[in-house]
Amino acid sequence: MPSLGADMERGTVLEWRVRPGDAVYRGDIVAVIDTDKSDIEVEVFEDGVIERIVVPVGEEVEVGALLATIAGATDAVAVPTRPEVHLESEMLSPLVRHCAEELHVDVASLHGSGPGGLVTRADVERASGTPGRVRASPLARRRARDADIDLASAHASGPGGAVVAADLPLAPRPNTPHGDAAKVAVGRLMERAKHEIPHYYLTLHVDLSVALAWLDERNRTAQVAERILPAAMLLRATAIAATEVDGINGWWRDGGYEPHAHVDLGVAVARRGGGLVAPAIVGADRLTLPALMEALTGIIGRAKAGRLRASEMGEPSLTVTSLGDGGADSVIPVIYPPQVAMVGIGRIAERPWADGGMVGARRTVVLSLAADHRVTSGHDGSRFLRAIERLLHQPEVL
Amino acid sequence: MTTPTSLRDIALQALGEIAPEAQLSTLPGGELLQEVLDLDSFDFLTFVQALHDATGVDVPEIDYPQIATLNGVVAYLAERAPVS
Repeated sequence: MPSLGADMERGTVLEWRVRPGDAVYRGDIVAVIDTDKSDIEVEVFEDGVIERIVVPVGEEVEVGALLATIAGATDAVAVPTRPEVHLESEMLSPLVRHCAEELHVDVASLHGSGPGGLVTRADVERASGTPGRVRASPLARRRARDADIDLASAHASGPGGAVVAADLPLAPRPNTPHGDAAKVAVGRLMERAKHEIPHYYLTLHVDLSVALAWLDERNRTAQVAERILPAAMLLRATAIAATEVDGINGWWRDGGYEPHAHVDLGVAVARRGGGLVAPAIVGADRLTLPALMEALTGIIGRAKAGRLRASEMGEPSLTVTSLGDGGADSVIPVIYPPQVAMVGIGRIAERPWADGGMVGARRTVVLSLAADHRVTSGHDGSRFLRAIERLLHQPEVL
Repeated sequence: MTTPTSLRDIALQALGEIAPEAQLSTLPGGELLQEVLDLDSFDFLTFVQALHDATGVDVPEIDYPQIATLNGVVAYLAERAPVS
């Protein structure tokens, strides 16, 4: 039973997705666990063959208890080899590489239709339109992913035999009892935060005209599925800035600060009907902006549908909370222990802005930082917020 | 030509997946969807994607204000949805 949250003690197996004898590969989802906050999908971390299911559906066990055994390649069990994917990494963006891996496409055999022979996502998807790959619209693919439906089993009524969203049943709704348990859990964590962490707070008003003009232009020529939202830009800038300033990205453990080598960015998501979860985008500092948008969309969709994965519930090294278009102008966050900082993003809106002795209207945002005074001080926190601002003035590098 | 009634149904079905707990049958046609249904920017993008999927109509960001209400959505789609 994995630990799917800093304060998780027990979990219940809701569903097994595998049986003894099934071959599993690293990253495959094998079970769904019920924690007191939400349902989490659990992956395996090695290739192997399922030997024995130890904990049946419905049984509650403590974190650390053995759930199932897997016979690995070292146990003299024949593990079917997963189809290998050969990649020319110079011609691929991480997003396309990921797409190729998921669709088992040998990119080396493709002719890239992008500039300079670049292999694009469309090239990969077109190449995989051979038997075995299900044609589906982007929305259908996303709904299938959120609801864990196998596209191959869906009736296809779209053009060219593609599965469209209307072909898929609605995702099952999570159990409502989570609502109250989730609120209690969040409340406990916030109490602990206020009790243990000496918070200090900073805010910075940022002019987003350059960033949003760049984004608007980019989105104007992009397909719907490739549009990027301002939130993704703000998160990307935050992730990069967190690698530039010490003391913002890590944990307070055993009386000292432990920095994290990468930025696993937690995103606070308010679930419809109450409850707050903060799944993590692992390695947000290493993702391109389109890849981060894709990850963010997936995480928000899954968080709202109550279908987050175990790999997303690991401890973030820094969390961001954004109130969105309908929210307040600024948010003064409460840090999630054992993290040492949280970034708040207020409502992006047109506001008066003074520049060169003149006042005009610009789209601006208030960024805020709550940080742990045992680790950083106002000077460090300011440098961090100013770094985010600097990056937002150079959107091309995001 | 897709009739206005079924375009409304398409829009409501798309909204129903994003806001499953909402009373969509009584959704006022002239109210701002984002306010009435508490949609964030990700929800709205999902909605635009769903409309594109169902009708083939791509709504560019500059036209978002035109589809801010249910009536707006139906009128916008009626002008642009290809003959089925």
